[in-house]
Amino acid sequence: MVRGRVLVRGDASGPLVRLSHPISFWGGVDPKTGLVCDPRHPDHGTRIAGAALALPGTVGSSSSSAVMLELIREGQAPAGLIMGSADAIVALGVVVAGELGLPTLPVLQVPWSAVEALPEGRIDIAEDGTIRGMRER
Amino acid sequence: MSVQLTQEERARLDGQHGDAVAMAMRILVASADMLGAARLVEIESAHIDGCLYHGDGGVLFAEALVAGGGRVAVPTTLNVGALDLLHPELIRGDAHHAEMARRQMEAYLTMGCSPTWTCAPYQAGHRPAPGEQVAWGESNAVAFANSVLGARTERYGDFLDACCALTGRAPLHGLHIEENRGATILVDVRPAPASLKARDVFYPVLGSWLGLQVGREVCVIDGLPRDVTEDQLKALGAAAASTGSVALFHVAGVTPEAPSVEAALHGREPRTRILLTPSSLREALDRLSTTRAPQVDAVAVGSPHFSDAEFQALSTALAGRRVRLPFFACTGREVFARLEASGAAARLRDAGVEIVVDTCVVVTPILPASGGVLMTCSGKFAHYGPANTGYEVVFGGLEDCVESAVEGTLMRDEAVWSW
Repeated sequence: MVRGRVLVRGDASGPLVRLSHPISFWGGVDPKTGLVCDPRHPDHGTRIAGAALALPGTVGSSSSSAVMLELIREGQAPAGLIMGSADAIVALGVVVAGELGLPTLPVLQVPWSAVEALPEGRIDIAEDGTIRGMRER
Repeated sequence: MSVQLTQEERARLDGQHGDAVAMAMRILVASADMLGAARLVEIESAHIDGCLYHGDGGVLFAEALVAGGGRVAVPTTLNVGALDLLHPELIRGDAHHAEMARRQMEAYLTMGCSPTWTCAPYQAGHRPAPGEQVAWGESNAVAFANSVLGARTERYGDFLDACCALTGRAPLHGLHIEENRGATILVDVRPAPASLKARDVFYPVLGSWLGLQVGREVCVIDGLPRDVTEDQLKALGAAAASTGSVALFHVAGVTPEAPSVEAALHGREPRTRILLTPSSLREALDRLSTTRAPQVDAVAVGSPHFSDAEFQALSTALAGRRVRLPFFACTGREVFARLEASGAAARLRDAGVEIVVDTCVVVTPILPASGGVLMTCSGKFAHYGPANTGYEVVFGGLEDCVESAVEGTLMRDEAVWSW
């Protein structure tokens, strides 16, 4: 079990998808398809929709919060977001979704070493920020 | 909520300044808590990135603020929108896209923002003083405001930029705080030849490499010439903010907080030292192109938006010749107005150059739908072009771009890179 710092409260369950490299959501994720669309990113083509998405960090454009909001509106958002470093840009898209009456998702900050130690497969995120792998249920 | 609010800030949160300010304050407080900010800081100005249409969510947000009576509390400039309001015929794309983009742009005007529509507000008279607290969005503008102007901002994304503008506050964290502005990484570029450092084409490549090296940390670059131009620093910062999260870089002997390497390091030892080598520079140059094919179908320049000096360089490179390929030069309307007044805009149009205003070819469908290979001298276009336009990209200097467009085939001066 890992306990993360809660950036946006919520619970979620989904397959753990760990990106190997920081990403810019703007130009890096397609809100229409929920796929990593930056051809230079090592995880190009990876599906993030519905995933418990773990990111070592984010880079690049400050338009990434708008892309996060679009992912939510289009139903292509991750189920939950686990970030190696706190980011006011992507998580903000989730906060704004809440203000506009759209669904939200939990966003946690977790040291990347702890993320790397998480087991493969489905994980659960609880409201208090705990993350459990399937075998720990 | 863990952030401490003043009485006045609490009144805003409680709705005493209207629904829009209350919503902006709630989002600001949520962000401040996420960022671990102890309190908010008063800001002098804002630059809003959130006026660019990425989908209907941005329109809903802006119109919710307008409906709540939102007005900006500080002077606020606007980043590019998804329309060229002066040349609407340039834009392909469907009617829904155009309608929503227009609604989003209009909502920000209704809130009292200046219609600058540029990613380079610092070329449109928005130049905060050294040490001034501001809240800016748009990654290149953030890097420029912090690094070149010495103002203090964090990277504010869409939404938070508007919330700062409406409340006149930002979370006190990160680069708003003096002690976080010292460099932790020393980047040594002294060995690179002076002839290379004198060329504009060096800077987007250096920036692209730098972003990958330093990520989100603050660095000081040692070894750039004292007469490095503002446009070169702009290109460096824009590229570094594309490949990394660079929001502040110091250039020893050049930028306001770096009279010396030691001053930029705040008197500490650097945590890391990085040396620019010929092979790492070559790797960064190669990485900016996604194809090795000797083909060019269109040329785009002006990310960040072209300055007066860059248009001058474009005219000089054209030397009265006409381009054969579609050639797009993106800029803001302040620079464009000066170009029109001087007659330079007409001469560029006669040479076949399409001047794009208020937006750019990477955020708006302007490039020919046929696709192919786009040549650019912008590190930022080279980085975001492939995913956003579907074009392959080949990077070269402005002169290379002009020669290629005139000849209709790829022309690159490789000798520039000999080191």
